[in-house]
Amino acid sequence: MKFAGTENYVATDDLKVAVNAAATLRRPLLIKGEPGTGKTVLANEVADAFGCRLIEWHIKSTTKAQQGLYEYDAVSRLRDSQLGDEKVKDISNYIKKGKLWEAFTSDETPVLLIDEIDKADIEFPNDLLLELDRMEFHVYETGETVKAKNRPIVIITSNNEKELPDAFLRRCFFHFIKFPDPETMKDIIAVHYPDIQQSLVKEALNVFFELREVPGLKKKPSTSELLDWLKLLMAEDLPLDVLKSKDPKTIIPPLHGALLKNEQDVHLFERLAFMNRRQGA
Amino acid sequence: MFNSFFYDLKNGGVPVSIKEYLTLLEAMKAGCAGFSVEDFYYLARSAFVKDEKNLDKFDRIFGKTFEGIEFIGDETVEIPEEWLEKLAELYLSKEEMEEIKSLGSWDEIMETLKKRLEEQQERHQGGNKWIGTAGKSPFGAYGYNPEGVRIGQDKGRHGRAIKVWDKREYKNLDDSVELGTRNIKVALRKLRQFAREGEASELDLDDTIRSTAHKGYLDIKMVPERHNAVKVLLFFDVGGSMDPHVKVCEELFSAAKSEFKHMEFFYFHNCLYEKVWKENSRRFNDFQSTLDVLHTYPHDYKVIFVGDASMSPYEITYPGGSVEHWNEESGEVWMNRVTQVYQRAIWLNPIPETHWTYSQSIQIMKTLMEDRMFPLTVSGIDRAMRELRR
Repeated sequence: MKFAGTENYVATDDLKVAVNAAATLRRPLLIKGEPGTGKTVLANEVADAFGCRLIEWHIKSTTKAQQGLYEYDAVSRLRDSQLGDEKVKDISNYIKKGKLWEAFTSDETPVLLIDEIDKADIEFPNDLLLELDRMEFHVYETGETVKAKNRPIVIITSNNEKELPDAFLRRCFFHFIKFPDPETMKDIIAVHYPDIQQSLVKEALNVFFELREVPGLKKKPSTSELLDWLKLLMAEDLPLDVLKSKDPKTIIPPLHGALLKNEQDVHLFERLAFMNRRQGA
Repeated sequence: MFNSFFYDLKNGGVPVSIKEYLTLLEAMKAGCAGFSVEDFYYLARSAFVKDEKNLDKFDRIFGKTFEGIEFIGDETVEIPEEWLEKLAELYLSKEEMEEIKSLGSWDEIMETLKKRLEEQQERHQGGNKWIGTAGKSPFGAYGYNPEGVRIGQDKGRHGRAIKVWDKREYKNLDDSVELGTRNIKVALRKLRQFAREGEASELDLDDTIRSTAHKGYLDIKMVPERHNAVKVLLFFDVGGSMDPHVKVCEELFSAAKSEFKHMEFFYFHNCLYEKVWKENSRRFNDFQSTLDVLHTYPHDYKVIFVGDASMSPYEITYPGGSVEHWNEESGEVWMNRVTQVYQRAIWLNPIPETHWTYSQSIQIMKTLMEDRMFPLTVSGIDRAMRELRR
């Protein structure tokens, strides 16, 4: 089993090594990187490449580690007991399986994505240490122990909103997806839009990387935004020289809404354009 | 097998443990790395480095251990061009500048400049006026060691093929240090103000009992969890005379970062003026106006300044007093603006309290802060937090 990227995903060499190491040893792989560099998509692609099922667990600020294992719905049991429901006698009727349970009991090796782990409470990763290390946990209510039949391939993404505890990090492989260089970017575009005009790609990439260099942007446009933008450009069928023109009046790239996601950034850009015009005059 | 590499990493400040070493060996045994050095580099990186801020350190140590290449110093700092130009004017006569320009490139000017700076290093002890106004260089003590100017190094590196780990692509990320911060966290904890907001996810026992008794059937009441709702703006003085205090500031910063959910930080140099910035390396092109900051964050934010307030008094009281740019309005005006918007503001000073009386600028700053200046020690933070809570 070797991961080598897929036809929809360009994986750099270092990413391949990291994914393969994590998949071979069945240790969690922690992925960080700028938003929009394909962290979450990676799990999809790994599942595709290995032909496994993907189980996604999206983390929110209210998510608790326990919810990934199982939840005991005491409230509905209490209610049922008031109503005299037969279900009440068996406690396992009120145990809801979580994503980890699902992954552990899956018949074939699944890929488990724990998405945006940094969104959760600071204690969240610590609460999953043992579970991810040994791939087993205990259900207190029923007294059973759930143990992984096949250790799942665990991929964890983080946006760096919180620092993760050392003990947790020790157990993971780590990969930082850096922003793709122009060459890799060309490959990525080729994978997504195989029939795109090369001249359009060239000009668009120029504009794109120039835009990323603008100091003070709140949110730098990333790969996913570039792809959206290219799609728009193709759909609109704009003449190429609009992108090429260095005319200050059109310094704001056409259809910039796909690239700049924040009105301050657009304003900043307009200001720069204005200053350029003054310099030109 | 790679014991010496492991210890090099550990001594080099990359937090590695035996567990990770064993993981690497296991992965090697399982054949994850193949037989190429690059694969091994990627594998080792993914096993040992758990935070992008350590990637650069790792690259350097990897290079050193496996290639025996020369050590790349930590002191490399990029000096903004405007300073270099200023420097060039100071140390090269006009004729010389012209001569060099006519002869060759900017690189050559820089080369000459570097030589001059080395000479200047000696003159420093003699008390050269320009680099030593009030005992501080505008380049900031050792942080901007002229030897660290990347001029010479860049040139030297062009000559040979650059390996992956030698590219040092992650240099920017190495910005913070994880240190023992427990004491500071405990002190900061005093500032906590709990409030319930967000989704109702906790059982409110009292209300449930009351409501159940009232309605005659079980009526579950939930409340949102309690969160620390304190909002903090941190302003850090960086560079220059603050360099000896970097460690304690890093500790404070890393403690504060995990303690407060709503925390924004900004950097300034010596005294607060019209610009602050978030990324020290890009301070000259990526700054925010202080007015924007004042307008963005509501007045219920608590403001903490961290700085030694040691400078020439002119830097506070006169327009144009700043050491690195022309400020239209004096630092005093800006400090007053901030304290007017934010009622709860304090200054933490890493200089021992007993020395404060000897420095005029500290006295001025203390008055501007209406005496709310505290030493950057655990007990000082403690007092400061109490002041902020009042």
